[in-house]
Order: sequence, then C-alpha cells, then structure tokens
Amino acid sequence: MSAGSDILLQVEGLEAGYAEIKALLGIDIELRRGQIVTLLGANGAGKTTTLKTISGLVRATRGTIRLMGEDITGTPAHQIARMGLVHVPEGRHILRGLTVQENLELGAFAERSAETRRRQMDEVFDLFPILKERRKQDGSLLSGGEQQMLAMGRALMQKPKVLLLDEPSMGLAPKLVTETMKIVKRLNEAGTSILLVEQNARVALRLADYGYVLETGRIRMENTAEKLREDSSIIEAYLGE
Amino acid sequence: MTTFDILAQQLVNGLVLGSFYALVALGYTMIFGVIKLLNFAHGDVYMIGGFVGFAVLSLVGGLVGTGWGGIALSMFVSMIAVGFLGVVIERIAYHPMLAAPRLSILITALAVSLVLQNSVLALTGGEFTAFRTNLGFGGIALGGVFITYNQMVLVGMAAILMLALETFVTRTQYGRAMRAVSIDKDMCRLMGIDVTKIIAVTFLIGSALAAAAGTMAGAYYGSIWYFMGFLIGLKAFTAAVIGGIGSIPGAMAGGLILGLLEAFGTQIPFIGSEWKDVFSFSILILVLVFKPTGLFGKSEVERM
Ligand SMILES: Nc1ncnc2c1ncn2[C@@H]1O[C@H](COP(=O)(O)OP(=O)(O)O)[C@@H](O)[C@H]1O
Ligand SMILES: [Mg+2]
Repeated sequence: MSAGSDILLQVEGLEAGYAEIKALLGIDIELRRGQIVTLLGANGAGKTTTLKTISGLVRATRGTIRLMGEDITGTPAHQIARMGLVHVPEGRHILRGLTVQENLELGAFAERSAETRRRQMDEVFDLFPILKERRKQDGSLLSGGEQQMLAMGRALMQKPKVLLLDEPSMGLAPKLVTETMKIVKRLNEAGTSILLVEQNARVALRLADYGYVLETGRIRMENTAEKLREDSSIIEAYLGE
Repeated sequence: MTTFDILAQQLVNGLVLGSFYALVALGYTMIFGVIKLLNFAHGDVYMIGGFVGFAVLSLVGGLVGTGWGGIALSMFVSMIAVGFLGVVIERIAYHPMLAAPRLSILITALAVSLVLQNSVLALTGGEFTAFRTNLGFGGIALGGVFITYNQMVLVGMAAILMLALETFVTRTQYGRAMRAVSIDKDMCRLMGIDVTKIIAVTFLIGSALAAAAGTMAGAYYGSIWYFMGFLIGLKAFTAAVIGGIGSIPGAMAGGLILGLLEAFGTQIPFIGSEWKDVFSFSILILVLVFKPTGLFGKSEVERM
C-alpha cells in the first residue's frame, strides 16, 4: 500500500499568527479520503486560525500544507479554493445585499458555464428545498439555520474534495444542531472528506472518525473518535467547560 | 415664460448636469466599494477622458465627421484607453498601499490627482482647448420648454451606459463578484474569486465611465482644460454621498438629484448661478450631518 495515497490533507509543523501574537505553535494534522476529522478546543485555542492558514487566508510562517500530495503552503487563497479545498468560515459570512441565488451562483465563480452552474444549483436546492423558496431574498436576512444551509450550499457549489467547517452549529438551537450534523454526515457519505471544527465536543465526536484536541496553539491530544469519546472527561477539561 | 416653463427648463438642464455627475459618481462609489478609497484623482481621470476623446476626434473627425457619430466613436476609444489608464494607476499607485494605513492611500490619491493635472498643464500651458464639433443647435419645443437634440442624445447615452452597468453588476459573475468584493474580501477569496483581478476590473469600468462623461462634457460645453476635473470630482463625491457611498443605484440617483437641485437652486431668489457650488456643498454637509449613510447606504459609513 502506498503510504500517502489516501491522505488528502496533510499539515506538518504548522506555525502562524497575527501581528501581535503567535496563534499556532506547530500543528500536525492528517485528513484521509472519506474521513471526518474533528478539531476540538476551547475558545482561543487556535482552531479558526488553523483552518484559515490551511485555506490561505492567514500566512503560514513555518511548516507545510499538502493537498492531495501537492504543496499548497503560500498559494493564494482563491487558487486553493479552486483546487477543491473549500472553507466554510466561522459565522457563515453570507454576502449581505446579495440574494440567496446570487450567493450560490458566486460559490461556483470558477465555473464558466451558466448551464453547469444551474445544474449544480438544482442539486443544492434538492438538498435544501428551503433555499429554493427563499432564492430571491437577501441571504443575510435568513434565519441562522437557513444561513448555515446557504453557507453549506454555497460550499457545495464549489465541488469540494475537502471541506473545512468552522463551528457550523454555532448559535443554532439544539434541534438545528442535530439537523446540521445530519447534513455533515450526508455530505461525507456522498464522498467529501471533512475537517470539522467544533466547540461542542460531544456532537462532533459522535460524527467523526478521528479527533485532535488543540490547546493554545498546540495539539494536546489526538486519537480515534471512539477512544476520545471514552475519555470525554479529559477532553472537557481541555475545553474548559 | 411662465414660472412652470422656467422650472421645466431647469428640469432639463438638471438632467444633463445630473447625467455627468452620475457617470463620475459611479466610478467614485465603485472604487470606494472595493478598496474603501475616496479616489480624489477620479475627477482628473474624467479630465483625461475629455482630452483623449478630443485627441481621437481630432484624428478621426476628418473621416467620420464631428457630429454625434464621431463623438460617440471618440468617446468609445477614450473609454477603453482611460479604462486601462485606471487599471495602471491602481496597479502602480494604490495596489502597493492597500495594506498601509488608510491615510497613506488617501494621500497617494491626491498625488495621482496632481500628477494627472500637471501632466496636462504641461502639455497645454493651462489654456482652454477648444473642443470643436459640428453639433447643431436644433431641438424641439414642448410648450414653452426647448430641449436641444444634443441634450437628448447626451442624456440618452448616459442612460445606456448606466443600464449596461446595471446589467453587468446584476447579471454577470464578474459583476456579482464586484459587489461581493465590496462586502467581504476574504469570503470572496474562499469562493475562488481573484480579488486583485476584480479590483482591476472595477477601476477599468469606473475610469471608462468617467472618460465617457469627460468626452461628452467636452463636446457639449465646447472646451476642455486641465482643471476641469476638480469641481466635478467634488460634485461626484457629493452625489455618491447623497446616494450612500458604495451603492451603485445610490450614485445614479445621487448624481441626478444633485444635478436637479443645482439647476433648481439657481432659481431661488438671491442664490443665482454663481452660488450653485456653495449650494451643492451645503447639501453635502447637510447629508453628512443628518444622514451619513445616504439614501441607499445600508451599513455604517466609515469616517475618513
Ligand atoms: N484577526 C486576529 N488578530 C489578532 N489576533 C487574533 C485574530 N484572530 C484570532 N486571534 C487570536 O489568535 C488566537 C487563536 O484564535 P482562534 O484561532 O480564533 O481560536 P478559536 O477558533 O480556537 O477560538 C487567540 O488568542 C485570538 O485572540
Ligand atoms: Mg474559532
């Protein structure tokens, strides 16, 4: 078996930060084909920074990021996105003043054929019928749950091979959290490999194959989700809950 | 002439003036949208547009005539040339400053304005250049109001350009991306949009619209000079603020509103036309004080 062949995303010794602070102090993460891997940690641990550095929004100061074997460290974010690594950011970032349909359409920005875009949009509408009903409305005026669907639908328009999800359950009512996680599961079953950031460890570990626990810019613990579930007391200590 | 006729005549004058303001205000507002810069050089880009249009008409006028056909052709060439000038200005002057503090790029814009003005000053010696055309003085009388064909063509061309822009921003991926870039650049990057390229496209279109206005204004008023962009730059800024800076429909509406207010303002006793600029800038101050987000502005306006 060739060792690296099914590793879609490989992060090694990653360091990054902002003007004032170093937020990541050396992170190693692997995501294999078909997996859901979760990144857990308390507020401020560096989860969002990790995703932003992988997707190219934050510059890596050290370490390497490989996507399907190709070194993408330092590649501009829009090119990384076009390679199939799609990042749904924390807070969803629905484009205010643009309709639901326009938000989706821009998801497929790199797709030139309007016909293909329409077909992809129909697939998204099949998955989230409510978006079809709301397609003429300003996307930023949808409810929290609907915005999360729009954010995911927009990501699907990009035909992701690897999906980075930053706290998709944030701010949602418990029922919608369950709903969102079902969708994550479904996308995974349809063949998308997912790196899922969550503060809600229980919810994430129920879904994931493997998990990392991040604390102030370092990986403190990693194991199969099954093992981590058994150890949930320790995790919660790290999560500060 | 009855009072009604006088007001109706000012309505026509206001529409013509407002068309120029709107075309220049659009570039102002679009550029503000994508890089949050008050591009003080935008009025000078309009001036360059007038000169390029004049130069083209001087070259081809003998062949195609200097009526509206020849002017439209010169305007088109000027739009393309000045559009690319806008892209070059952005690339050389503004792009390196995007990460710098906001005041730096604002000062850069003032420098660009001086460079453009002084280049033309050096070439023309500061004299007015006659923009010779053979536009007639014909028109139609509607009751007591006389509308020249020139006014009709001019307002018509401005309307076509604005309609084209509206179609671009709502119906094409690049147009949608332009609106998206003015809202959330990082999200755009995550969607695979090359933000640098969209900013370049914005300068291309904004500068081309200013060039169209510059050529039309030169042909309509019959002369051009190096300082012609100064006042219209300030007026376009005022129009953009009235409409809500960053808003494309706002710039169109703001331009027309300002043109109409100025035209009617000249009819207010004791104000007269020599006071019309004071009148405009008083409106700017009133809007900034009482409704800084303008008519169409949604978000909070960032203070400069
Ligand atoms: N834009 C920013 N500028 C400066 N510091 C930031 C910025 N974003 C995050 N940080 C800091 O980086 C650290 C990691 O934050 P973040 O990656 O957002 O953590 P998490 O997503 O795990 O809550 C924190 O100390 C946070 O204050
Ligand atoms: Mg976070």
